[in-house]
Amino acid sequence: MSLVYAGVCSHAPGITGRAHLADNTAKRDEFYAMLGRQRQDIEASGAEALIVIAAEHFANFFMNNMPAFCIGIGERYEGPIEDPEWLKIGKRTIPGAPDLGRHIVAEVMQTVDTAYAEEWKFDHGIMVPLNFLTPKYQLPVIPVNINCQGPPLTPLHRAWAFGEALRRACETVPEKIALVGTGGISHWPATPDSGKINEAWDREFLDRLMRHDREALLSYTDEDTYRDAGQGGFEIRTFIAAAAAAGGPGELQFYTAELPIFAVGCTVARFDIAA
Amino acid sequence: MSLYHLQKFLYVLNRDETAQKRYRDDLGSLLEEYELTDEERTALEEGDIGLLYVLGVNGQILMHYAAFLGIEWFDYLELMRQGIEKHGPVRAGVYAMTGGGESFTAEVKKR
Repeated sequence: MSLVYAGVCSHAPGITGRAHLADNTAKRDEFYAMLGRQRQDIEASGAEALIVIAAEHFANFFMNNMPAFCIGIGERYEGPIEDPEWLKIGKRTIPGAPDLGRHIVAEVMQTVDTAYAEEWKFDHGIMVPLNFLTPKYQLPVIPVNINCQGPPLTPLHRAWAFGEALRRACETVPEKIALVGTGGISHWPATPDSGKINEAWDREFLDRLMRHDREALLSYTDEDTYRDAGQGGFEIRTFIAAAAAAGGPGELQFYTAELPIFAVGCTVARFDIAA
Repeated sequence: MSLYHLQKFLYVLNRDETAQKRYRDDLGSLLEEYELTDEERTALEEGDIGLLYVLGVNGQILMHYAAFLGIEWFDYLELMRQGIEKHGPVRAGVYAMTGGGESFTAEVKKR
């Protein structure tokens, strides 16, 4: 099998950009250490490419032509699109995997209509995870986007189907592939409510995710999510797709609501990859 | 419909260095390319974060515009709250303030 690692992590820009403003430095460093563990797991898996399922934030896709799904097939990517001083991540070039990406797109299209892109400017949604998971930027990346920002949003059950399609596509190639879903759970980013976190909602969602409870995960309505988890909660699509790709239950390695300056409940988890 | 053009302007500005240069050198001609109301145009000319938030600009677009203007993070949050106080609730888009103006971070202490 060629999917050798599947997990999820948070990507909020404050994780790097506002690191110096965190009050709870012990919890912050514990979070960073667990992201380091995730990096080690990916390295130990022998992965030759990394799929990042992200929820980008109007860096590339806008309401003039918004895809429900998009997969990157570029040779290289630039990032971050944000001011490097603001994000505290320097501008750099990230290697892509064009041949592998094209193959995955073609396989995914057998069941899910996806857009593809040879150009892609990475925003914090991908750059923050890469900063921790491939800090030398040597691992080829295949960026994947699910529309979690501009309604009408991608339905949750389609995010699940997309994750399964990605898995099937990975199974058709000899390369070893790691996959990380990255998004927020409950959060109200970039608004006056930035820092608000619904920990109970987060833990319930994560419990469903770790149990691989498809029915429970897909039962959220966007109205419920908006009310309880904010507009940032729409990013659960990335976690759901990652779980569907893995096909098995997960292990929650880290969660805390005690870093509100990062404006998200900080999360790291990995999944069993079902045969 | 106008909110679309207002957000489109900021989307382009956030990712296009040529547009950023034009913003600094000749904002007027850049704004002419977008279908904006007088209120929206004024908000952009004045860099009025609070009003732009009330008009419905998505925060994921607005926070990068604020950073482009050199506005610090906690000032950005406060400007949105002041916008709500001055102009009332968010009028359009997916964003609305739900916390009643409460701060969920320790920004006052940090100042």
